[in-house]
Amino acid sequence: MHDINPKSELHGDIRKAVRQLCGDFGSHYWQSLEEHSGYPEAFVDALTQSGWLSVLIPEDYGGGGASLTEASVVLEEINRSGGNSGACHAQMYTMGTLLRHGSEEQKQKYLPLIASGELRLQSFAVTEPTTGTDTTKTRTFAERRGDRYVVNGQKVWISRVQHSDLMLLLARTTPFEDVEKKTDGLSVFLVDLRDAERKGLTVRPIKNMVNHETNEIFFDDFEIPAKNLIGEEGRGFRYILDGMNVERILIAAECIGDGYWFVDKARHYANERVVFDRPIGQNQGIQFPIAQAYAHVRAADLMRYEAAELFETNQPCGTEANLAKLLAADASWEAANVCLQTHGGYGFAVEYDVERKFRETRLYQVAPISTNLILSYLGQHVLEMPRSF
Amino acid sequence: MHVVVCTKVTPDTAAKVSVNDAGVVGWSEAPVINPWDEYAVTEAVLLKGDHGGQATVMTVGKQEHEEALKQGLAIGCDQAIRVWDDALEGHDNLQYSKAAAAAIEKLGDVDLVIFGKEFADTQTDQYVYQVARKLGWTSLGAVAKILEIDFNASTIKVERLLEQGKAVVSAKLPAVIAVLKDINEPKYPSFMGIRKAAKAEIPVWNLGELGIDVGEPKTKVAQYKNLPVRGSQVQLFDGTPEEAAAKLADKLIEEKVI
Ligand SMILES: Cc1cc2nc3c(=O)[nH]c(=O)nc-3n(C[C@H](O)[C@H](O)[C@H](O)COP(=O)(O)OP(=O)(O)OC[C@H]3O[C@@H](n4cnc5c(N)ncnc54)[C@H](O)[C@@H]3O)c2cc1C
Repeated sequence: MHDINPKSELHGDIRKAVRQLCGDFGSHYWQSLEEHSGYPEAFVDALTQSGWLSVLIPEDYGGGGASLTEASVVLEEINRSGGNSGACHAQMYTMGTLLRHGSEEQKQKYLPLIASGELRLQSFAVTEPTTGTDTTKTRTFAERRGDRYVVNGQKVWISRVQHSDLMLLLARTTPFEDVEKKTDGLSVFLVDLRDAERKGLTVRPIKNMVNHETNEIFFDDFEIPAKNLIGEEGRGFRYILDGMNVERILIAAECIGDGYWFVDKARHYANERVVFDRPIGQNQGIQFPIAQAYAHVRAADLMRYEAAELFETNQPCGTEANLAKLLAADASWEAANVCLQTHGGYGFAVEYDVERKFRETRLYQVAPISTNLILSYLGQHVLEMPRSF
Repeated sequence: MHVVVCTKVTPDTAAKVSVNDAGVVGWSEAPVINPWDEYAVTEAVLLKGDHGGQATVMTVGKQEHEEALKQGLAIGCDQAIRVWDDALEGHDNLQYSKAAAAAIEKLGDVDLVIFGKEFADTQTDQYVYQVARKLGWTSLGAVAKILEIDFNASTIKVERLLEQGKAVVSAKLPAVIAVLKDINEPKYPSFMGIRKAAKAEIPVWNLGELGIDVGEPKTKVAQYKNLPVRGSQVQLFDGTPEEAAAKLADKLIEEKVI
């Protein structure tokens, strides 16, 4: 049967190469990782060595210098192949904050090593237990003492800490009460995780619904050299915001990859499975939901390309990036549900991968940003309705 | 150090072959680099990494075979060369090997030529030995490991995996080797490699430039045919083993088999 993605020839050489690599890490690989909650080390290594996770780093710093569309195709194809980009996608985009706001010295020091894979920067510590989505209420505090900052506080849901050498940290540097605007007074730091646990960082893994390495982390008088501050003190919130569009577009592409995977899996099964002497796909009750899910994946995909194109041509793309993420996450979740239903009881069997991908794609409704927050952005900033919170 | 890999495209090993009414052979999937050659290309790139120098990927074939050359570049070879001339149309391996050998000689400084074990479409490997013969170089097949290689002293020591066991063989360079899967873990094309391959302009050398003449084809393929369809049928008998056996016996008597 033909490829259901009409864009399968767009950046066809990238797609082909990523699919080839992913083909060596099939169902069995992902299933056995789940059995022991393992990290896909070999897969991430293979991706790194072939340069896929450093495509967004400019060539001057040893990266691939790819466009955002090309980078998004890489993550799309990982998920389209049945894999899970969530294990490593942040290696692709977390460095963006360093690239855009780091000093030349910081960039020269870290980016080439990140590009070559010698250093992994794939952790980003923002979320806190008490503040949730309201990032401006961040409590983790970094106090300047001479040539260092001393950090105290707690973060939660911080992913890949155990498989990263570096981590970006958002912390308050001026107390909330003392700032004019609530978005002021937050700063971003580059934290070296390699010896951090000896210096006052405690990492406590959180068991969760997907095989996703994520943790609670605690800072107890944890020292960071002042030279690891990124950009200016107090402007961290803005730095984080301006990386969001890239993240949204890349995550949308992952959802699109999932969406095509689910629809493809569903249509094959619907054609093959014979009940009451005919393929179940002959029943409108099975066929139409698959077609509907496909339509939504295709529509979301258009928004993802539009958002990426705006970004690449230096035009405002916040609305489109948010729309792409929202539509794509909804479409992949719909496709997941339809795929599971199409498989009947077999959808619950581990060997079909449907239940695993179903759980994995569900996450995109909540993280890195929850659906409601995108809707509130659209309501307020695009549709000019009152701020809802 | 200069290592050359000779390659071409073949159907993927999972592709199905059929002959259409016009007698033309077709495959169910788009052609890819001969799967065995991924090991050969990887070995060339690894040798380059260890010893410096350059790795060239080469094919004798029409435009469609550039796909294999691009894959070679994407995996890390430095340059690609395609040899083609309409005079080669309809020729067999022997003439192709003459062209390949002439191209390798034209490169001038080649120390080692690496082939995959065989070609996945025809499942033959005579081309490997024909090229070695035309060059007048030592050929070593079934190489599972390069144990030592010294480009300054022009020596190579390899482990060959034979039906009877392993053989460790030393030879002088330049040489031609055919490698098995055991030789390495094939490298994946990298993003940078793909970029380079997409931009690469691949030179095409014709027979005139190589200073050879291949004459008339010595063999001719008269016809390709599909495999005959198997007419056999399977019948399963149900019931307990005793009942199934009785039904089977009745059927065999009915069909006059017993
Ligand atoms: C597996 C996983 C990995 C993660 N990895 C990271 C990471 O690496 N780094 C990091 O910093 N964070 C990470 N997160 C955290 C993630 O970004 C947050 O969970 C998410 O942003 C939501 O925050 P919260 O859980 O505190 O939910 P809350 O803020 O408590 O919200 C709960 C629910 O209420 C809704 N809600 C809240 N406020 C409003 C409002 N005003 N209007 C309407 N609805 C509202 C939300 O949409 C949500 O559905 C991860 C989370 C998960 C589950």
